[in-house]
Amino acid sequence: MKADFQLDAKGLSCPMPIVKTKKAMAELVDGQVLEVCATDKGSKADLIAWAETVGHQYIGMIETDDVLKHYIRKCTNDRTEEMTFDQTIELEQVTNREGLILDVREEAEFAFGHIEGAKSIPMGELEARLAELDKEQEIYVICRTGKRSDLAAQKLVLHGFTKVFNVLPGMTSWTGDLIKNI
Amino acid sequence: MSVQQWDASFVAKKVIHNEKLFILDVRNADAFEDWKIDGHQFEYLNIPYFELLDGIEDILPKIPTDKEVLVVCAKEGSSLMIAEMLSEAGRDVAYLAGGMKTWSEYLEPIKVGDLTGGGELYQFVRLGKGCLSYMVISEGEAAIIDAVRFTEVFTSFAAHKKVEIKHVFDTHLHADHISGGRHIAEATGATYYLPPKDAEEVVFSYAPLEDGMTVQIGASNIDVGAIYSPGHTIGSTSFVVDNNYLLTGDILFIDSIGRPDLAGLAEDWVGDLRDTLYKRYRKLSDELIVLPAHFMIIEELNGDGTVAKRLGDLFAQNHGLNIRNEEEFKRIVTNELPPQPNAYQEIRQVNMGKITPTPDEQTEMEIGPNRCAVR
Repeated sequence: MKADFQLDAKGLSCPMPIVKTKKAMAELVDGQVLEVCATDKGSKADLIAWAETVGHQYIGMIETDDVLKHYIRKCTNDRTEEMTFDQTIELEQVTNREGLILDVREEAEFAFGHIEGAKSIPMGELEARLAELDKEQEIYVICRTGKRSDLAAQKLVLHGFTKVFNVLPGMTSWTGDLIKNI
Repeated sequence: MSVQQWDASFVAKKVIHNEKLFILDVRNADAFEDWKIDGHQFEYLNIPYFELLDGIEDILPKIPTDKEVLVVCAKEGSSLMIAEMLSEAGRDVAYLAGGMKTWSEYLEPIKVGDLTGGGELYQFVRLGKGCLSYMVISEGEAAIIDAVRFTEVFTSFAAHKKVEIKHVFDTHLHADHISGGRHIAEATGATYYLPPKDAEEVVFSYAPLEDGMTVQIGASNIDVGAIYSPGHTIGSTSFVVDNNYLLTGDILFIDSIGRPDLAGLAEDWVGDLRDTLYKRYRKLSDELIVLPAHFMIIEELNGDGTVAKRLGDLFAQNHGLNIRNEEEFKRIVTNELPPQPNAYQEIRQVNMGKITPTPDEQTEMEIGPNRCAVR
């Protein structure tokens, strides 16, 4: 799975996986995803609790051959800038409509759970992949809380898309089925 | 200032001797909430180690200087790191060798009493998990009841006492911890007994433990007599040792009674539990000393660290033995149950011989508090 940085913490026992993760996260830019490979089973509960304490987003974990791969997204004080895109749609209504659900979260976030039928284009790749989108179709842009999708919706409008809606709140409030690609 | 390493037995003595101790537990809040090192006079502060990576200055005022301080974590590494940070800040602290993992495995053998003709009865107190195992010793022979999985503790204790282990019993098929009974029997050539009604699915051979059966330990007068006493499981069996001690397994504890649901059949077995507690045990002498297979709270320990009480006292004081109304009893025992022990279904599979996890996996299964009782 795609991540911006990898940290190899295999063979290390507590507290080293967390100590190293903390250091590695300091090097990341807000919104980037770190993959931590660890073999210490205790690392899971501790990473989740640590991420919550410092405000990072613990995306999920994949276990293969005794290696635990954790995905954590850096969030330094959730950006406080206002959401400005005014064409919005409520989360509940999205699935009743014909258009495309465009999920702009990172690939790892998408993989650990998304709405059925949603298309994944991470925020950072959006401008390069505009050709994959249809200007005639309604596009419901979704992220975790509504902030990235707000920016993404603005970007789409700048490129001539008109039938664009920001989905509010976002995946944090989704209670329906989640499709996983892991 | 120096950092000391304390081993589990050193900490166990502090629990048993009612000493004061300040424990800085640096595990996750959930883990601490779930279980910790219990002591009558222990004080606690729980701050996860990962909240202290930038320094321990903020918590220094919360750590006393007039008490011994022990830093505890899951396996040792984090507690050592935090202990060293505290030491650099000028504090005298210790950390627990092997962490809670080792604590959950430590057994403290304590003599319960002398038996007829020079025999002895020992209780092995597993403080970290609340399990109690027993060894009856007489004239060069030994019987073990409800052994936990650390078999070498029992075999080396027997070697130290110069006795041969002849009989190994489990009062029932355990669901909260992995039994060492079968492996001790295999290693020593002893006979391993299980109640047949609990053993229908086991995949090894065993000797059936039947109601009224008596086994003699040594050449003289010490009997271990079996009493069928279902309720916690359908096969649960108690023992009377030397006409003086009643080993109740998971049927009756000091401050609580057994739960009937760990094999999935609370409604079916609650009647058996009622009969055992309110009829079968009532016929026994009040003077018998009850020795259960578990304790749940540190208050159940006597001053010498043993977990034991007169049956007559339990009839007077144990709430579970004093619920007159049968319907009320059934309601409490089937509806007001605490959460089930960690991995109890897998543990039953291990004890049936159906799966054989690695030692690390076994540790993982047994982690957390004991929950065999309903209070």
